[in-house]
Amino acid sequence: MAELIKTPLHAMHLAAGARMEPFVGYDMPLRYPQGSVAEHNQARNRAALFDVSHMGQLRLMGEGADAALERLVPGDIQGLGDGAMRYTLFTLENGGILDDLIVSRVPGGLGLVVNAARRNQDTEHLRRHLGGRVDIVPEPDRALLALQGPAAAAVLADFADLPFMAWREGEACGVPARVSRSGYTGEDGFELSVAGADAEALAGRLLAHEAVAWAGLDARNSLRLEAGLCLYGRDLDEDTTPLEAGLGWTMPKRRREERNFPGAARILDNPPARRRAGMRPEGRVIAREGSDLLDGSGEPVGWVASGGFSPVLGGPVAMGYLPLALTAPGTEVAFDIRGKPRPGRVVRLPFVPHNYFRG
Amino acid sequence: MAVRTYYTREHEWVRIEDGVAVCGITDYAQTQLGDVVYVELPEVGAEIARDGEAAVVESTKAASDVYAPVTGTIVAVNDRLEESPDLVNESAEDQGWFFRMEIGDEGELDELMDEEGYQAFVEELD
Repeated sequence: MAELIKTPLHAMHLAAGARMEPFVGYDMPLRYPQGSVAEHNQARNRAALFDVSHMGQLRLMGEGADAALERLVPGDIQGLGDGAMRYTLFTLENGGILDDLIVSRVPGGLGLVVNAARRNQDTEHLRRHLGGRVDIVPEPDRALLALQGPAAAAVLADFADLPFMAWREGEACGVPARVSRSGYTGEDGFELSVAGADAEALAGRLLAHEAVAWAGLDARNSLRLEAGLCLYGRDLDEDTTPLEAGLGWTMPKRRREERNFPGAARILDNPPARRRAGMRPEGRVIAREGSDLLDGSGEPVGWVASGGFSPVLGGPVAMGYLPLALTAPGTEVAFDIRGKPRPGRVVRLPFVPHNYFRG
Repeated sequence: MAVRTYYTREHEWVRIEDGVAVCGITDYAQTQLGDVVYVELPEVGAEIARDGEAAVVESTKAASDVYAPVTGTIVAVNDRLEESPDLVNESAEDQGWFFRMEIGDEGELDELMDEEGYQAFVEELD
């Protein structure tokens, strides 16, 4: 096995007593001594600091980068104002999804943050389709930290005026940073892109605040699940369309009319037969990814894409794919868990309300 | 003489109390698992052979099988784990026990590790 990549914060994780785990080629903190549930609650109640430096940061530079990127995504990129950012998808000719990503308007181009597991495919995809039209500039030497939770705005008071999905450059705790009001936990908070060499200083100064503590990948997963947010590889993949995934909102009217993104006809002309839905199993047994979903007669009709324990609800939650007719909240479904059908029902997403700062 | 606790290579413990075998997972196991959020216990009356699947312990991260350290019949399960699975984290080798078994052959215990042997075993793993 190739040696795992260490983020610029690796030594700090070890010093904090983190349990490390290989994650898409990186040696990442799974959890810290306080435990995943405490870390989860830290993000919901105070402020949790995540090292997400494994995520791919890159820039598309040059005039017309926005129009160029629209050839690959169904989102409104040309309409992004200065300092604005947006969640979008790389779609494929078959209507599936290559990756989900965040796109920011930056001076002279666009900034992209993509999933670590898909970075190589994404970069290759960009080169193949946009090479020559825009400069594709990976930024492997930058670190990315996420500070998430209701106390985050008090910690980064200089950026407390930024509304959700906006960003600007500035000094965070004395460190030059690109600071955005964003994250993937459902909470208010920030993501901070900094030079790798500055990452330890920034993390140390953030952790010096009484409200801030580390949180690992395990808590990050339970937070995004409670928030009903998709994880690429579980909830999204190359065979799932944006409409099936419930991400139709990422395709605005202009782009649906232009139909000039990969798979547009397949996505827009085929009403989805299945759709992502939120579900709650009864009791405490956890429905995990891969479990079959059964209808009233016990027939397999779908599958769990993401499942786990919700610390806020104190019980299991799941997201999965079901035939459209079974996705209405209240619909009874069963989970096939270790060969036994376990009852549950469809519920509205998110499981826990979002707490974004809209300005 | 103090009650002896025996350990398996799969990180279960077992000790004889009042003539029945009390079984659970070790403190080492719970630190490896992280926060325990659900325990699926066997049915009372179930007969389980040594190394047979007896329970499932679920952490925030994953589900893991728990095996019977010895052959026997389940005579009791720890109902407190239903509402408080975190007892496994807080008190893995005492309050967080999983099940009690009536066992036929106490000789099976001799094939397990004692505390000292288990400590040496987990030190090798770290």
